[in-house]
Amino acid sequence: MIVAEQKSLEEIKGLIASANKVLVVGCGTCVTVCFAGGEKEAQILSSSLRMATKLDGNAKQVTDVTVQRQCEWEYIDPLKNSIEDVDIVLSLGCGVGVQTLAERFPKSIVMPGLNTKFLGLPVEQGIWAERCAACGDCILGLTGGVCPIARCSKSLLNGPCGGSSKGKCEVNDQIDCAWQLIYDRLAAQGRLDLLMEIRPPKNWQTSRDGGPRKIVREDLKLG
Amino acid sequence: MTELASNGLKVGSNLEKVLRAKTFAVTAELGPPKSADVNVIQKKAKFLKGNCDAVNITDNQTAVVRMSSIGAGFLALQEGLEPVIQMTCRDRNRLAMQADLLGAYALGLRNLLCLSGDHQSMGNHPTAKNVYDIDSMQLIQMVAGMRDKCTFQCGEVIKDAAPKFLVGAAENPFGDPFEFRPYRLGKKIKAGADFIQTQGIFNVPKFREFMQRCGDLGLLDKVYVLAGVIPVKGPAGAKYMRNSVPGMDVPNEIVERLEAAGKGIEDKKAKAEANKKVGIDITVEIIQQVREIPGVAGVHIMAVEWEEAVKTIVEKAGLLPRPVIKVEEAPVAQAA
Repeated sequence: MIVAEQKSLEEIKGLIASANKVLVVGCGTCVTVCFAGGEKEAQILSSSLRMATKLDGNAKQVTDVTVQRQCEWEYIDPLKNSIEDVDIVLSLGCGVGVQTLAERFPKSIVMPGLNTKFLGLPVEQGIWAERCAACGDCILGLTGGVCPIARCSKSLLNGPCGGSSKGKCEVNDQIDCAWQLIYDRLAAQGRLDLLMEIRPPKNWQTSRDGGPRKIVREDLKLG
Repeated sequence: MTELASNGLKVGSNLEKVLRAKTFAVTAELGPPKSADVNVIQKKAKFLKGNCDAVNITDNQTAVVRMSSIGAGFLALQEGLEPVIQMTCRDRNRLAMQADLLGAYALGLRNLLCLSGDHQSMGNHPTAKNVYDIDSMQLIQMVAGMRDKCTFQCGEVIKDAAPKFLVGAAENPFGDPFEFRPYRLGKKIKAGADFIQTQGIFNVPKFREFMQRCGDLGLLDKVYVLAGVIPVKGPAGAKYMRNSVPGMDVPNEIVERLEAAGKGIEDKKAKAEANKKVGIDITVEIIQQVREIPGVAGVHIMAVEWEEAVKTIVEKAGLLPRPVIKVEEAPVAQAA
């Protein structure tokens, strides 16, 4: 899932400073699961902004609505009237959701209320960690199901580097060394032979380095 | 396929000659300045000239911006040193690397150490973008390919004057997973590494074990291993390496010995001198010990910001004068 975090109240107040009427738009999918921008968060933020702006002597009218997914036209189209009624739309969707709203309602000012962080999972309650870099050419079959692009700080394909110590990355000891994880996983499965191959340089064209990506499925297009 | 000249050399650098002659090699390190000051290179070069066979020029070490390895290397060459250029994978993509190597070779540089590079979060520009287009293993392969196959990484032929570097790689005998390190060294050899310089050794028994395992894998007759040593000026330096540098193994006895060195000495200057003396003694002892280990082809002295200590260390270790190896000059192997 996409994991995001809410921006600070200070930053958000700055983003909506010029508005009198604000609509906070929550999203019911990924950002609900990471407690950043779901219905509850949208309601709480909406209320906080009403209180905070009133205390600042600059009271704003802040309302909220939450849709199933902000990244699909059909779910955001019904928001048309509400959006046209306000000065600024504060999206609590991920970066995709923000842009979808902005594209569908180009005359409206859409501000991001979240910082979209990464593709990851809830490792345990309250902790989310990055897992996938969307490189477009998945090699998880070669690394025992641990991604070196996303989880190695240096995205090494022939790791570990000399900074791996006691299973932790040299960047900080909160980061597991991906190559230690790969080594342990493959060793337990008796497949260390996979680590004897020299992996060639990655073709980064399929990742964001090659330019913004698009998929066209002719078999699914209408008409 | 590695083409050898008629005199048996791949590249013809002084380092290659010394290593092939199987005399115990000595390499040192020159840290470039955080400025464009040529004088710093000249000053450091004077400390090192004649006291080692080749000098590594670091590449934005610890992710702190310094004069480039190639720029400083060329200046060092002009001072009569034999440079070993270092290149990390952190700051350059494969285009910049290959372009830099063409330039470096054109400037007369002949030895290259391929490194992953410390992550930029450690340095003075932590907000920079992470490059790591290729890793050190792939860099070794790429540089060896430019030399032996006369091709760029993309496969295109280098039509004239392909750069022919003696390719070095680093290995950390103390990194984890420990069991995998000798195999990883094997991969670097397979990728084309001619010589290895290890991370600084303080724990000699563990290094001995690492070399034993490399020997068991049949690696030691395929590559020249230079044992890294880091002279420390005092207990603070040793503690810093023990506590804060990932992958370094500094036994407590070393720290204690350095603490004992300055004990009871009130005068700051005298204390520092006492510490430094013990620091040098420790380094000399480690050199003498690793010299006994089968497969160790030389020592790599990383006297970080203490280049002036190199002569004393090399002398005390009985490694002066440095040999001058005479090999008949041969035409550089032509592209196929």
